Amino acid sequence: MLVSAVKIVLAMFVLLTAVAYTVWLERKVVGHIQNRWGPTRVGPFGLLQPLADGVKFIFKEDLTPPHVYKPLYIAAPMIALIFALTSISVIPVGNWVNVGGIQTPLQITDVNIGLLIILGVTSLGVYGVALAGWSSNSKYSLLGGLRASAQMVSYEIALGLSLVGVLILSGSFSLREIVQAQSGTYLGFIPRWNIFPQFIAFFIYLMAAYAETNRVPFDLPEAETELVAGYHTEYSSMKFAMFFMAEYANMITVACLASLLFLGGWAGPLFGPEILRDVLPLFWFGLRVFVFLFVYIWVRGTLPRFRYDQLMAFGWKFLLPLAIANLVITALIVALNS
Amino acid sequence: MLHLILFLIFGMVCVAGAINLLVQTHPINSALSLVVVMGALAAEFLLLGAEFVAAVQVIVYAGAVMVLFVFVIMLLNAGTEEHTNGSRVALRIGIPGMLIGSVLLAWVLLTRSGTHAVPAGALPGPPKTLGWLLFHDYLLPFEITSVLVLIAIMGAVVLTARAESPRKEN
Repeated sequence: MLVSAVKIVLAMFVLLTAVAYTVWLERKVVGHIQNRWGPTRVGPFGLLQPLADGVKFIFKEDLTPPHVYKPLYIAAPMIALIFALTSISVIPVGNWVNVGGIQTPLQITDVNIGLLIILGVTSLGVYGVALAGWSSNSKYSLLGGLRASAQMVSYEIALGLSLVGVLILSGSFSLREIVQAQSGTYLGFIPRWNIFPQFIAFFIYLMAAYAETNRVPFDLPEAETELVAGYHTEYSSMKFAMFFMAEYANMITVACLASLLFLGGWAGPLFGPEILRDVLPLFWFGLRVFVFLFVYIWVRGTLPRFRYDQLMAFGWKFLLPLAIANLVITALIVALNS
Repeated sequence: MLHLILFLIFGMVCVAGAINLLVQTHPINSALSLVVVMGALAAEFLLLGAEFVAAVQVIVYAGAVMVLFVFVIMLLNAGTEEHTNGSRVALRIGIPGMLIGSVLLAWVLLTRSGTHAVPAGALPGPPKTLGWLLFHDYLLPFEITSVLVLIAIMGAVVLTARAESPRKEN
Protein backbone atom coordinates (compact mmCIF):
# COMPACT_ATOMS: atom_id res chain seq x y z
CA MET A 1 0.00 0.00 0.00
CA LEU A 2 2.69 2.46 1.11
CA VAL A 3 4.94 1.37 -1.75
CA SER A 4 2.13 2.04 -4.23
CA ALA A 5 1.51 5.49 -2.77
CA VAL A 6 5.20 6.34 -3.03
CA LYS A 7 5.28 5.10 -6.61
CA ILE A 8 2.20 7.15 -7.54
CA VAL A 9 3.69 10.33 -6.08
CA LEU A 10 7.02 9.66 -7.81
CA ALA A 11 5.38 8.88 -11.16
CA MET A 12 3.22 12.03 -10.99
CA PHE A 13 6.23 14.17 -10.09
CA VAL A 14 8.31 12.75 -12.93
CA LEU A 15 5.45 12.99 -15.43
CA LEU A 16 4.57 16.60 -14.60
CA THR A 17 8.23 17.62 -14.66
CA ALA A 18 8.60 15.87 -17.99
CA VAL A 19 5.53 17.72 -19.27
CA ALA A 20 7.00 21.07 -18.21
CA TYR A 21 10.39 20.33 -19.76
CA THR A 22 8.90 18.94 -22.98
CA VAL A 23 7.37 22.40 -23.44
CA TRP A 24 10.81 23.92 -22.82
CA LEU A 25 12.40 21.42 -25.23
CA GLU A 26 9.82 22.21 -27.88
CA ARG A 27 10.35 25.96 -27.63
CA LYS A 28 14.11 25.48 -27.70
CA VAL A 29 14.19 23.02 -30.63
CA VAL A 30 11.62 24.84 -32.74
CA GLY A 31 13.51 28.05 -31.98
CA HIS A 32 16.76 26.60 -33.29
CA ILE A 33 14.99 25.14 -36.35
CA GLN A 34 13.71 28.65 -37.12
CA ASN A 35 17.13 30.19 -36.51
CA ARG A 36 16.26 31.82 -33.16
CA TRP A 37 17.36 31.06 -29.61
CA GLY A 38 14.10 30.11 -27.89
CA PRO A 39 13.80 30.94 -24.19
CA THR A 40 17.11 32.25 -22.78
CA ARG A 41 16.27 34.82 -20.12
CA VAL A 42 15.03 32.78 -17.14
CA GLY A 43 17.89 30.73 -15.70
CA PRO A 44 20.77 29.16 -17.68
CA PHE A 45 19.57 28.20 -21.21
CA GLY A 46 16.09 29.34 -20.12
CA LEU A 47 15.84 26.20 -17.98
CA LEU A 48 13.65 27.91 -15.37
CA GLN A 49 11.17 29.07 -18.03
CA PRO A 50 8.62 26.27 -17.25
CA LEU A 51 8.56 27.41 -13.60
CA ALA A 52 8.00 31.00 -14.64
CA ASP A 53 5.25 29.88 -17.01
CA GLY A 54 3.59 27.92 -14.21
CA VAL A 55 3.64 30.92 -11.86
CA LYS A 56 2.25 33.10 -14.65
CA PHE A 57 -0.62 30.67 -15.33
CA ILE A 58 -1.58 30.58 -11.65
CA PHE A 59 -1.62 34.38 -11.26
CA LYS A 60 -3.47 35.14 -14.50
CA GLU A 61 -7.05 36.29 -14.24
CA ASP A 62 -9.41 33.34 -14.59
CA LEU A 63 -12.06 34.65 -16.96
CA THR A 64 -15.33 32.82 -17.46
CA PRO A 65 -17.18 34.30 -20.45
CA PRO A 66 -20.88 34.98 -19.72
CA HIS A 67 -22.19 32.91 -22.64
CA VAL A 68 -20.70 29.54 -21.66
CA TYR A 69 -22.54 26.49 -20.32
CA LYS A 70 -20.84 26.55 -16.94
CA PRO A 71 -20.90 22.95 -15.56
CA LEU A 72 -19.33 21.45 -18.67
CA TYR A 73 -17.12 24.48 -19.30
CA ILE A 74 -15.47 23.90 -15.92
CA ALA A 75 -15.47 20.09 -16.16
CA ALA A 76 -13.94 19.87 -19.65
CA PRO A 77 -10.32 20.80 -18.82
CA MET A 78 -10.45 18.52 -15.77
CA ILE A 79 -11.65 15.59 -17.90
CA ALA A 80 -8.89 16.22 -20.43
CA LEU A 81 -6.14 16.38 -17.80
CA ILE A 82 -7.38 13.52 -15.61
CA PHE A 83 -7.50 11.01 -18.45
CA ALA A 84 -4.19 12.25 -19.82
CA LEU A 85 -2.48 11.64 -16.47
CA THR A 86 -4.25 8.35 -15.66
CA SER A 87 -2.72 6.33 -18.47
CA ILE A 88 0.77 6.58 -16.94
CA SER A 89 -0.37 4.23 -14.16
CA VAL A 90 -0.02 1.06 -16.24
CA ILE A 91 3.16 2.01 -18.12
CA PRO A 92 6.23 0.05 -16.96
CA VAL A 93 9.50 1.97 -17.12
CA GLY A 94 11.91 -0.78 -16.10
CA ASN A 95 12.50 -4.16 -14.50
CA TRP A 96 11.91 -5.13 -10.90
CA VAL A 97 14.11 -3.29 -8.43
CA ASN A 98 15.14 -3.97 -4.86
CA VAL A 99 14.88 -0.85 -2.69
CA GLY A 100 15.74 -1.40 0.97
CA GLY A 101 14.62 -5.05 0.89
CA ILE A 102 11.34 -4.40 -0.93
CA GLN A 103 11.00 -5.99 -4.36
CA THR A 104 8.84 -3.86 -6.61
CA PRO A 105 8.30 -3.42 -10.35
CA LEU A 106 9.02 0.01 -11.83
CA GLN A 107 5.37 0.52 -12.65
CA ILE A 108 2.44 1.74 -10.57
CA THR A 109 0.34 -1.33 -11.26
CA ASP A 110 0.98 -4.36 -13.45
CA VAL A 111 -2.28 -5.42 -15.07
CA ASN A 112 -2.60 -8.09 -17.73
CA ILE A 113 -4.63 -5.85 -20.06
CA GLY A 114 -2.39 -2.77 -19.70
CA LEU A 115 -2.50 -1.88 -23.37
CA LEU A 116 -6.30 -2.00 -23.49
CA ILE A 117 -6.53 0.22 -20.43
CA ILE A 118 -4.34 2.83 -22.10
CA LEU A 119 -6.47 2.68 -25.26
CA GLY A 120 -9.66 3.00 -23.21
CA VAL A 121 -8.42 5.89 -21.11
CA THR A 122 -7.08 7.83 -24.09
CA SER A 123 -10.33 7.28 -25.99
CA LEU A 124 -12.17 8.91 -23.07
CA GLY A 125 -9.87 11.91 -23.31
CA VAL A 126 -11.80 13.01 -26.42
CA TYR A 127 -14.64 14.17 -24.17
CA GLY A 128 -12.50 16.90 -22.65
CA VAL A 129 -11.83 18.44 -26.05
CA ALA A 130 -15.31 17.87 -27.48
CA LEU A 131 -17.11 19.26 -24.42
CA ALA A 132 -14.77 22.24 -24.19
CA GLY A 133 -15.66 23.09 -27.78
CA TRP A 134 -19.37 22.68 -27.24
CA SER A 135 -19.77 24.33 -23.83
CA SER A 136 -17.79 27.45 -24.79
CA ASN A 137 -20.70 28.49 -27.01
CA SER A 138 -18.45 30.11 -29.56
CA LYS A 139 -18.14 29.22 -33.23
CA TYR A 140 -14.37 28.79 -33.22
CA SER A 141 -14.51 26.53 -30.20
CA LEU A 142 -17.35 24.48 -31.63
CA LEU A 143 -15.55 23.98 -34.94
CA GLY A 144 -12.40 22.99 -33.08
CA GLY A 145 -14.30 20.55 -30.88
CA LEU A 146 -16.07 18.99 -33.85
CA ARG A 147 -12.83 18.62 -35.77
CA ALA A 148 -11.09 17.13 -32.76
CA SER A 149 -13.74 14.52 -32.01
CA ALA A 150 -14.10 13.43 -35.65
CA GLN A 151 -10.34 13.26 -36.08
CA MET A 152 -9.67 11.36 -32.87
CA VAL A 153 -12.41 8.79 -33.50
CA SER A 154 -11.18 8.23 -37.06
CA TYR A 155 -7.52 7.84 -36.24
CA GLU A 156 -8.18 5.67 -33.20
CA ILE A 157 -9.19 2.86 -35.57
CA ALA A 158 -5.95 2.98 -37.51
CA LEU A 159 -4.01 3.30 -34.26
CA GLY A 160 -5.73 0.28 -32.70
CA LEU A 161 -5.29 -1.86 -35.82
CA SER A 162 -1.60 -0.99 -36.06
CA LEU A 163 -1.12 -2.35 -32.53
CA VAL A 164 -2.82 -5.67 -33.27
CA GLY A 165 0.19 -6.82 -35.30
CA VAL A 166 2.40 -6.31 -32.24
CA LEU A 167 -0.12 -8.17 -30.11
CA ILE A 168 -0.12 -11.14 -32.48
CA LEU A 169 3.68 -11.31 -32.36
CA SER A 170 3.92 -11.14 -28.58
CA GLY A 171 0.67 -12.91 -27.65
CA SER A 172 -0.16 -10.72 -24.66
CA PHE A 173 -1.89 -7.49 -23.64
CA SER A 174 0.49 -6.97 -20.75
CA LEU A 175 3.02 -4.24 -21.57
CA ARG A 176 5.67 -5.99 -19.47
CA GLU A 177 5.25 -9.25 -21.38
CA ILE A 178 5.30 -7.41 -24.71
CA VAL A 179 8.67 -5.94 -23.74
CA GLN A 180 9.95 -9.35 -22.61
CA ALA A 181 8.86 -10.88 -25.93
CA GLN A 182 11.24 -8.47 -27.66
CA SER A 183 14.39 -9.67 -25.87
CA GLY A 184 17.03 -11.51 -27.88
CA THR A 185 18.33 -10.86 -31.39
CA TYR A 186 17.72 -11.74 -35.03
CA LEU A 187 20.79 -13.26 -36.74
CA GLY A 188 22.83 -12.51 -33.65
CA PHE A 189 23.12 -8.73 -34.00
CA ILE A 190 19.72 -7.14 -34.82
CA PRO A 191 17.63 -6.75 -31.63
CA ARG A 192 14.25 -8.49 -31.76
CA TRP A 193 12.36 -5.21 -31.56
CA ASN A 194 8.91 -5.18 -33.09
CA ILE A 195 9.83 -2.20 -35.25
CA PHE A 196 11.73 -4.51 -37.64
CA PRO A 197 8.95 -7.02 -38.51
CA GLN A 198 6.26 -4.38 -37.94
CA PHE A 199 7.78 -1.30 -39.56
CA ILE A 200 4.54 -0.57 -41.46
CA ALA A 201 2.62 -0.74 -38.21
CA PHE A 202 5.18 1.58 -36.62
CA PHE A 203 4.68 4.09 -39.42
CA ILE A 204 0.89 3.91 -39.04
CA TYR A 205 1.22 4.25 -35.27
CA LEU A 206 3.43 7.31 -35.70
CA MET A 207 0.97 9.03 -38.05
CA ALA A 208 -2.09 8.13 -35.99
CA ALA A 209 -0.36 9.24 -32.79
CA TYR A 210 0.26 12.70 -34.22
CA ALA A 211 -3.42 12.93 -35.13
CA GLU A 212 -4.58 11.57 -31.76
CA THR A 213 -2.58 14.15 -29.84
CA ASN A 214 -3.67 16.97 -32.19
CA ARG A 215 -0.13 17.82 -33.19
CA VAL A 216 1.28 19.32 -36.38
CA PRO A 217 0.71 18.34 -39.20
CA PHE A 218 -2.70 17.26 -37.91
CA ASP A 219 -3.39 20.10 -35.47
CA LEU A 220 -6.62 21.13 -37.23
CA PRO A 221 -8.62 21.37 -33.95
CA GLU A 222 -6.51 24.32 -32.84
CA ALA A 223 -5.42 25.69 -36.20
CA GLU A 224 -4.63 29.24 -35.11
CA THR A 225 -4.77 30.74 -38.61
CA GLU A 226 -8.43 29.80 -39.03
CA LEU A 227 -9.88 29.03 -35.58
CA VAL A 228 -8.08 31.50 -33.26
CA ALA A 229 -7.15 28.66 -30.84
CA GLY A 230 -9.82 26.06 -31.57
CA TYR A 231 -11.50 24.33 -28.67
CA HIS A 232 -9.66 26.28 -25.96
CA THR A 233 -10.29 29.75 -27.42
CA GLU A 234 -12.50 30.77 -24.48
CA TYR A 235 -10.21 29.41 -21.76
CA SER A 236 -7.68 31.36 -19.74
CA SER A 237 -5.36 30.92 -16.77
CA MET A 238 -5.10 27.43 -15.20
CA LYS A 239 -8.01 26.06 -17.22
CA PHE A 240 -6.05 26.71 -20.39
CA ALA A 241 -2.93 25.36 -18.71
CA MET A 242 -4.78 22.10 -18.00
CA PHE A 243 -5.47 21.58 -21.72
CA PHE A 244 -1.87 22.43 -22.43
CA MET A 245 -0.60 19.94 -19.85
CA ALA A 246 -3.02 17.29 -21.12
CA GLU A 247 -1.65 17.64 -24.65
CA TYR A 248 1.95 17.20 -23.52
CA ALA A 249 1.08 14.37 -21.11
CA ASN A 250 -0.61 12.60 -24.03
CA MET A 251 2.51 13.11 -26.13
CA ILE A 252 4.61 11.49 -23.40
CA THR A 253 2.18 8.57 -23.07
CA VAL A 254 2.30 8.00 -26.82
CA ALA A 255 6.10 8.14 -26.75
CA CYS A 256 6.25 5.65 -23.85
CA LEU A 257 3.88 3.32 -25.68
CA ALA A 258 5.96 3.49 -28.86
CA SER A 259 9.10 2.64 -26.89
CA LEU A 260 7.40 -0.30 -25.17
CA LEU A 261 5.63 -1.77 -28.18
CA PHE A 262 8.06 -1.18 -31.02
CA LEU A 263 11.49 -0.26 -29.64
CA GLY A 264 12.13 -2.95 -27.05
CA GLY A 265 11.14 -1.03 -23.92
CA TRP A 266 14.08 -0.58 -21.56
CA ALA A 267 16.48 -3.02 -23.26
CA GLY A 268 20.04 -1.80 -23.62
CA PRO A 269 23.62 -2.63 -22.66
CA LEU A 270 24.11 -2.98 -18.88
CA PHE A 271 27.54 -2.46 -17.33
CA GLY A 272 29.30 -1.19 -14.26
CA PRO A 273 28.48 -1.68 -10.56
CA GLU A 274 25.19 -2.96 -9.14
CA ILE A 275 23.61 0.47 -8.66
CA LEU A 276 24.39 1.47 -12.25
CA ARG A 277 22.82 -1.74 -13.53
CA ASP A 278 19.62 -0.80 -11.73
CA VAL A 279 19.53 2.71 -13.14
CA LEU A 280 20.62 2.02 -16.73
CA PRO A 281 17.30 0.49 -17.92
CA LEU A 282 15.55 3.67 -16.80
CA PHE A 283 18.09 5.67 -18.78
CA TRP A 284 17.59 3.58 -21.94
CA PHE A 285 13.83 3.90 -21.66
CA GLY A 286 14.08 7.66 -21.10
CA LEU A 287 16.39 7.94 -24.09
CA ARG A 288 13.82 6.28 -26.39
CA VAL A 289 11.05 8.53 -25.10
CA PHE A 290 13.29 11.55 -25.60
CA VAL A 291 14.10 10.58 -29.19
CA PHE A 292 10.41 10.04 -29.94
CA LEU A 293 9.49 13.44 -28.46
CA PHE A 294 12.34 15.05 -30.39
CA VAL A 295 10.97 13.62 -33.65
CA TYR A 296 7.54 14.98 -32.67
CA ILE A 297 8.99 18.49 -32.30
CA TRP A 298 11.14 18.11 -35.40
CA VAL A 299 8.03 17.26 -37.43
CA ARG A 300 6.27 20.28 -35.98
CA GLY A 301 9.14 22.52 -37.02
CA THR A 302 9.21 21.05 -40.54
CA LEU A 303 5.79 20.17 -41.93
CA PRO A 304 2.87 22.46 -42.82
CA ARG A 305 -0.67 21.72 -41.66
CA PHE A 306 -2.98 19.45 -43.65
CA ARG A 307 -6.36 20.57 -44.98
CA TYR A 308 -9.25 18.95 -43.12
CA ASP A 309 -10.54 16.84 -46.03
CA GLN A 310 -6.97 15.70 -46.72
CA LEU A 311 -6.68 14.64 -43.10
CA MET A 312 -9.85 12.57 -43.21
CA ALA A 313 -9.00 11.04 -46.60
CA PHE A 314 -5.51 10.16 -45.35
CA GLY A 315 -6.91 8.46 -42.28
CA TRP A 316 -9.73 6.49 -43.87
CA LYS A 317 -8.45 5.82 -47.39
CA PHE A 318 -4.77 5.29 -46.74
CA LEU A 319 -3.90 4.48 -43.13
CA LEU A 320 -6.89 2.21 -42.44
CA PRO A 321 -6.51 -0.09 -45.51
CA LEU A 322 -2.75 -0.18 -44.92
CA ALA A 323 -3.29 -1.18 -41.29
CA ILE A 324 -5.73 -3.94 -42.29
CA ALA A 325 -3.34 -5.26 -44.96
CA ASN A 326 -0.49 -5.27 -42.44
CA LEU A 327 -2.67 -7.12 -39.96
CA VAL A 328 -3.71 -9.79 -42.49
CA ILE A 329 -0.12 -10.37 -43.65
CA THR A 330 1.19 -10.56 -40.07
CA ALA A 331 -1.54 -12.99 -39.06
CA LEU A 332 -0.84 -15.18 -42.13
CA ILE A 333 2.90 -15.34 -41.48
CA VAL A 334 2.42 -16.11 -37.79
CA ALA A 335 -0.16 -18.80 -38.60
CA LEU A 336 2.10 -20.41 -41.25
CA ASN A 337 5.10 -20.40 -38.92
CA SER A 338 3.34 -22.02 -35.98
CA MET B 1 -16.27 -7.70 1.31
CA LEU B 2 -14.62 -4.72 -0.38
CA HIS B 3 -15.62 -6.26 -3.70
CA LEU B 4 -19.26 -6.37 -2.66
CA ILE B 5 -19.24 -2.76 -1.39
CA LEU B 6 -17.60 -1.54 -4.60
CA PHE B 7 -20.03 -3.58 -6.67
CA LEU B 8 -22.99 -1.98 -4.88
CA ILE B 9 -21.52 1.51 -5.21
CA PHE B 10 -20.97 1.14 -8.95
CA GLY B 11 -24.41 -0.43 -9.29
CA MET B 12 -25.92 2.63 -7.64
CA VAL B 13 -23.86 4.96 -9.86
CA CYS B 14 -25.15 3.03 -12.86
CA VAL B 15 -28.79 3.33 -11.83
CA ALA B 16 -28.37 6.99 -10.86
CA GLY B 17 -26.84 7.69 -14.27
CA ALA B 18 -29.71 5.94 -16.01
CA ILE B 19 -32.30 7.94 -14.05
CA ASN B 20 -30.41 11.17 -14.71
CA LEU B 21 -30.41 10.27 -18.41
CA LEU B 22 -34.23 10.34 -18.37
CA VAL B 23 -34.61 13.39 -16.14
CA GLN B 24 -32.20 15.76 -17.92
CA THR B 25 -33.78 17.99 -20.54
CA HIS B 26 -30.66 18.81 -22.50
CA PRO B 27 -29.51 16.07 -24.92
CA ILE B 28 -25.82 16.54 -24.12
CA ASN B 29 -26.43 16.01 -20.40
CA SER B 30 -28.39 12.87 -21.22
CA ALA B 31 -25.59 11.60 -23.46
CA LEU B 32 -23.02 12.24 -20.73
CA SER B 33 -25.21 10.38 -18.22
CA LEU B 34 -25.14 7.45 -20.61
CA VAL B 35 -21.34 7.65 -20.64
CA VAL B 36 -21.43 7.41 -16.83
CA VAL B 37 -23.69 4.34 -17.10
CA MET B 38 -21.26 2.71 -19.54
CA GLY B 39 -18.29 3.50 -17.29
CA ALA B 40 -20.05 2.10 -14.22
CA LEU B 41 -20.97 -1.06 -16.17
CA ALA B 42 -17.32 -1.45 -17.17
CA ALA B 43 -16.35 -1.19 -13.49
CA GLU B 44 -18.92 -3.89 -12.66
CA PHE B 45 -17.41 -6.19 -15.30
CA LEU B 46 -13.99 -5.49 -13.85
CA LEU B 47 -15.18 -6.44 -10.36
CA LEU B 48 -16.61 -9.69 -11.74
CA GLY B 49 -13.19 -10.60 -13.12
CA ALA B 50 -14.03 -9.97 -16.77
CA GLU B 51 -11.31 -7.39 -17.35
CA PHE B 52 -11.25 -7.83 -21.12
CA VAL B 53 -14.99 -7.20 -21.45
CA ALA B 54 -14.59 -4.17 -19.17
CA ALA B 55 -11.86 -2.71 -21.37
CA VAL B 56 -13.85 -3.35 -24.54
CA GLN B 57 -16.91 -1.76 -22.92
CA VAL B 58 -14.93 1.42 -22.27
CA ILE B 59 -13.18 1.50 -25.66
CA VAL B 60 -16.23 0.70 -27.80
CA TYR B 61 -19.19 2.17 -25.91
CA ALA B 62 -17.82 4.99 -23.77
CA GLY B 63 -14.95 5.82 -26.11
CA ALA B 64 -16.40 5.47 -29.61
CA VAL B 65 -20.18 5.09 -29.74
CA MET B 66 -20.91 7.79 -27.17
CA VAL B 67 -18.38 10.16 -28.73
CA LEU B 68 -20.36 9.87 -31.95
CA PHE B 69 -23.58 10.60 -30.00
CA VAL B 70 -22.01 13.73 -28.51
CA PHE B 71 -20.63 14.62 -31.93
CA VAL B 72 -24.07 14.45 -33.54
CA ILE B 73 -25.64 16.49 -30.72
CA MET B 74 -22.94 19.13 -31.17
CA LEU B 75 -23.32 19.11 -34.94
CA LEU B 76 -27.10 19.48 -34.93
CA ASN B 77 -26.89 21.93 -32.02
CA ALA B 78 -29.91 20.24 -30.47
CA GLY B 79 -31.79 22.44 -28.01
CA THR B 80 -33.48 21.47 -24.76
CA GLU B 81 -36.38 19.07 -24.85
CA GLU B 82 -39.83 19.90 -23.58
CA HIS B 83 -41.28 17.50 -21.06
CA THR B 84 -44.87 16.38 -21.56
CA ASN B 85 -47.03 15.41 -18.65
CA GLY B 86 -46.41 11.77 -19.45
CA SER B 87 -48.93 9.29 -20.72
CA ARG B 88 -51.63 7.97 -18.43
CA VAL B 89 -51.25 4.44 -19.79
CA ALA B 90 -47.60 4.35 -18.76
CA LEU B 91 -48.48 5.51 -15.25
CA ARG B 92 -51.37 3.09 -14.66
CA ILE B 93 -50.05 -0.03 -16.37
CA GLY B 94 -46.31 0.54 -16.65
CA ILE B 95 -45.38 1.09 -13.01
CA PRO B 96 -47.50 -1.78 -11.57
CA GLY B 97 -46.26 -3.99 -14.42
CA MET B 98 -42.66 -3.16 -13.62
CA LEU B 99 -43.19 -3.83 -9.92
CA ILE B 100 -44.87 -7.20 -10.57
CA GLY B 101 -42.13 -8.13 -13.01
CA SER B 102 -39.30 -7.38 -10.61
CA VAL B 103 -41.05 -9.21 -7.74
CA LEU B 104 -41.57 -12.24 -9.98
CA LEU B 105 -37.95 -12.20 -11.08
CA ALA B 106 -36.70 -11.93 -7.50
CA TRP B 107 -39.03 -14.77 -6.42
CA VAL B 108 -37.82 -17.06 -9.22
CA LEU B 109 -34.17 -16.30 -8.49
CA LEU B 110 -34.55 -16.82 -4.75
CA THR B 111 -36.70 -19.98 -4.72
CA ARG B 112 -35.41 -21.96 -7.69
CA SER B 113 -32.86 -24.51 -6.60
CA GLY B 114 -29.49 -24.48 -8.36
CA THR B 115 -29.34 -20.71 -8.74
CA HIS B 116 -26.63 -19.19 -6.63
CA ALA B 117 -24.12 -16.40 -6.89
CA VAL B 118 -21.18 -17.09 -9.18
CA PRO B 119 -17.82 -16.37 -7.56
CA ALA B 120 -15.80 -13.62 -9.20
CA GLY B 121 -13.58 -14.91 -11.99
CA ALA B 122 -15.43 -18.21 -12.43
CA LEU B 123 -16.82 -17.25 -15.83
CA PRO B 124 -14.58 -16.97 -18.93
CA GLY B 125 -12.86 -13.59 -18.70
CA PRO B 126 -9.32 -13.63 -20.13
CA PRO B 127 -9.01 -12.61 -23.79
CA LYS B 128 -7.66 -16.03 -24.77
CA THR B 129 -10.70 -18.00 -23.54
CA LEU B 130 -13.03 -15.38 -24.92
CA GLY B 131 -11.34 -15.53 -28.32
CA TRP B 132 -11.53 -19.33 -28.27
CA LEU B 133 -15.26 -19.19 -27.52
CA LEU B 134 -15.94 -16.61 -30.24
CA PHE B 135 -13.84 -18.11 -33.01
CA HIS B 136 -14.27 -21.80 -32.20
CA ASP B 137 -17.36 -22.74 -30.21
CA TYR B 138 -19.61 -19.95 -31.45
CA LEU B 139 -18.00 -19.24 -34.82
CA LEU B 140 -21.21 -19.45 -36.88
CA PRO B 141 -23.34 -17.12 -34.71
CA PHE B 142 -20.39 -14.72 -34.52
CA GLU B 143 -19.96 -14.60 -38.30
CA ILE B 144 -23.71 -14.28 -38.89
CA THR B 145 -23.83 -11.36 -36.46
CA SER B 146 -20.99 -9.64 -38.27
CA VAL B 147 -22.78 -10.07 -41.63
CA LEU B 148 -25.92 -8.63 -40.02
CA VAL B 149 -24.00 -5.57 -38.85
CA LEU B 150 -22.50 -5.20 -42.32
CA ILE B 151 -25.98 -5.28 -43.87
CA ALA B 152 -27.12 -2.58 -41.45
CA ILE B 153 -24.15 -0.38 -42.39
CA MET B 154 -24.78 -0.85 -46.11
CA GLY B 155 -28.46 -0.12 -45.59
CA ALA B 156 -27.60 3.15 -43.87
CA VAL B 157 -25.29 4.12 -46.72
CA VAL B 158 -27.94 3.28 -49.35
CA LEU B 159 -30.64 5.22 -47.47
CA THR B 160 -28.52 8.36 -47.19
CA ALA B 161 -27.16 8.14 -50.75
CA ARG B 162 -30.59 7.87 -52.40
CA ALA B 163 -31.55 11.45 -51.54
CA GLU B 164 -28.70 12.86 -53.60
CA SER B 165 -28.85 10.66 -56.71
CA PRO B 166 -31.57 12.54 -58.69
CA ARG B 167 -29.60 15.76 -58.45
CA LYS B 168 -26.59 14.12 -60.04
CA GLU B 169 -28.56 12.96 -63.07
CA ASN B 170 -29.72 16.49 -63.90
